Amino acid sequence: MDFELSEDELALAEGMRRLCAGRFPLEKVRAVEGEAVVLDAAGWSELADAGVFGLRLPEADGGLGLPTATAAVVFEELGRALVPGPVLASHLAAGLVPGAADGTVVVGAVRPRPAPGRPWQPGASNAVAPVVLEHLGALGALVVVDEDRIGVVDPAAVGDALKVQRPLDPLTPLWCVDSLPEGDTVGGAAEAARWRRDARVLGGALLVGLAAATVELAVSYAKDREQFGRPIGSFQAVKHLCADMLVRAEVARAAVHAAAVTVDQPDVGDADRAAAGAALLAGEAAVANGRTCIQVHGGMGFTWEIPAHLYLMRARVLAASLDGAGPLAELVAERF
Amino acid sequence: MDLRYTPSEEAFRAELRSWLAAAVPALGPKPSSLDWQGRRRYDTAWQRTLYDAGYAGIDWPTEGGGRGASPVEQLIYLEELERAHAPYVGVNFVGLLHAGPTVIVEGTPEQRARFLPPILRGEEVWCQGFSEPGAGSDLASLRTRAVRDGDDYVVSGQKIWTSHAEVADFCELLVRTGSEDSRHRGISWLILPMDSPGIEFRPLRTIAGSTEFGELFLDEVRVPVANRVGEENDGWRVTMTTLSFERGTAFVGEALQSMELLRAYRDLAGRTGAWEDGEIRRRVGHLGAELDALWALARRNVSQAARTGVPGIGGSVFKLALSELRQRLAELGTDLAGPAALAWDDLPGFRTDGTYATAGAAEPAGPGGPPDPERTAGGDGIVGDGPVGNGVVVGTWVHSFSRTIAAGTSQIQRNIIAERILGLPKS
Repeated sequence: MDFELSEDELALAEGMRRLCAGRFPLEKVRAVEGEAVVLDAAGWSELADAGVFGLRLPEADGGLGLPTATAAVVFEELGRALVPGPVLASHLAAGLVPGAADGTVVVGAVRPRPAPGRPWQPGASNAVAPVVLEHLGALGALVVVDEDRIGVVDPAAVGDALKVQRPLDPLTPLWCVDSLPEGDTVGGAAEAARWRRDARVLGGALLVGLAAATVELAVSYAKDREQFGRPIGSFQAVKHLCADMLVRAEVARAAVHAAAVTVDQPDVGDADRAAAGAALLAGEAAVANGRTCIQVHGGMGFTWEIPAHLYLMRARVLAASLDGAGPLAELVAERF
Repeated sequence: MDLRYTPSEEAFRAELRSWLAAAVPALGPKPSSLDWQGRRRYDTAWQRTLYDAGYAGIDWPTEGGGRGASPVEQLIYLEELERAHAPYVGVNFVGLLHAGPTVIVEGTPEQRARFLPPILRGEEVWCQGFSEPGAGSDLASLRTRAVRDGDDYVVSGQKIWTSHAEVADFCELLVRTGSEDSRHRGISWLILPMDSPGIEFRPLRTIAGSTEFGELFLDEVRVPVANRVGEENDGWRVTMTTLSFERGTAFVGEALQSMELLRAYRDLAGRTGAWEDGEIRRRVGHLGAELDALWALARRNVSQAARTGVPGIGGSVFKLALSELRQRLAELGTDLAGPAALAWDDLPGFRTDGTYATAGAAEPAGPGGPPDPERTAGGDGIVGDGPVGNGVVVGTWVHSFSRTIAAGTSQIQRNIIAERILGLPKS
């Protein structure tokens, strides 16, 4: 048993961080705030070349055949860098949607919930209630993950989509539609369950990246900003906020890594329970840390200029895509 | 990252598990938590049993007479002991986890030969004399004075929070040998025989009604200079060495025990019907997710210790998160128990273990046998084989308040994390 990151995993994290710093520096990412398409085509293909989308796809299918634990390390870096676009959906779609793995097709995903009072239709898309779609304007394919089915929809076939004017996260453009076409079925209940589980693990990794980035941002401000003649980070009131941020990020990171390893090594535990718990804690950590990061920055934290809000808003968008805290907690409770 | 155990780790586990399966049921009845002599007998007898089987000092190096187990094996050891409901380290805590390891690293050959074997064999019990009324979180301000007089130190002062002093043979004692304001630079580490003249112990009554620790008054107590461990005025470093001896497994047993407690509370919720309440299920699930995460963090800390040979700073993160969680877990228990949580002893009709079916029932309807002494004395999260009783629910709740104070308050842990991990400036 050795739960530390291996040399390879550490090198990969370092490599991803460098790639993100070079290709997705914050000022460049922020330059497209509020736009309908926030993806940078060159950046997307660089992510594909780095193997982000085909990472877990078997080598025989053109992927890298790497484990989920490796993907967790990579996705944490993508989260940390606020890399825009449906990176998680495109990764999960590799092998289901042609072109997803090599980045030639940008794939988005939606997890619709059936309309209130409308009976569940097994084996069909239940996306009849209004659904919110992320990045629709940039998509080559849209995956609909129902309870017992995965369908692929041509974004061009999505009818009157209402562009949301002011999405909460200025780097995640949103559309609203009343219903979705059925699309082509590319997976059944097992594939849908696997998608949900892996989305919790790797979405959790993105959230851990956000949570960790806000720790760095808050701590660096607390070291620099002086009041009463001292750095504010020397005051315990501020220091303890920062310490709690680190605890949340580290606990969530351990949970995400354990969930990822459990997906790869099913004998070591219950992957569904681990995945639900990881998504729950990572979502809470990213949101709470985003909020605390704003607080540590004082008045500056409430300005658009300081990026603290971007991490918080991204965390909300991501956490919302992962079932919500209540259902995740109930899932863990049932399996504990 | 690999969570699979190696064949040799699995073999260690299998051997230990089969030994525990025979050794634990052979133990006699547990003494009441208020019976200190009984607890000493029980805990030291268990230590002797471990010693005879080659499991004493699992984390001690072989040079010190220990097992020299790897950090991963230590984790497996804690896991298996918890699984088997084996006794806790109890009165052997200071000897095995603190004083012994200090003597191993800093003691003379004579001190090692004299003091280590009796700890491992469960023959001698130690207590700790570090904190003082004026030196708690700020330990370096301690004032208990030791003045050299020939081959002795003459020690006068007062210590507090001394656990197990009633039944201890020795005390690991921090004293001021330097000037009054010498702080870290003027402290020495002494072995104080508890039968020395001039020692008075007064137990303190805790909010649990028990006497788990007390005050130690030292009035011109003579301690041989030969009992000093390390150089004079070097006691602070000696103490810190020991703290770093601990290799990422501190509080792991408590985390595992908390998992079991959570399952017991879930069962309690099932018995009372509270499980129908989604809010209760979500609280259970949230605590479950946190405990799973802390178990993952424990394995990470241990892996780090195995690689580097020294424990990571992650111990502070673990301790802080676990102790805060423990209070929420304890709160869940009292919420589930309802009126039964208003008393340490059983209220007819409200027993949480479900053995009283209706109010006013005279006799327990459940299985017979002697009552668990922890039930009325207030067990601290110790789940036996049956359903949890009132004493466990209430005892766990009351004791949970000590978790965020003992071994470094949550506030001190946050300072450590902020200054040593995050690099924020000193306050």
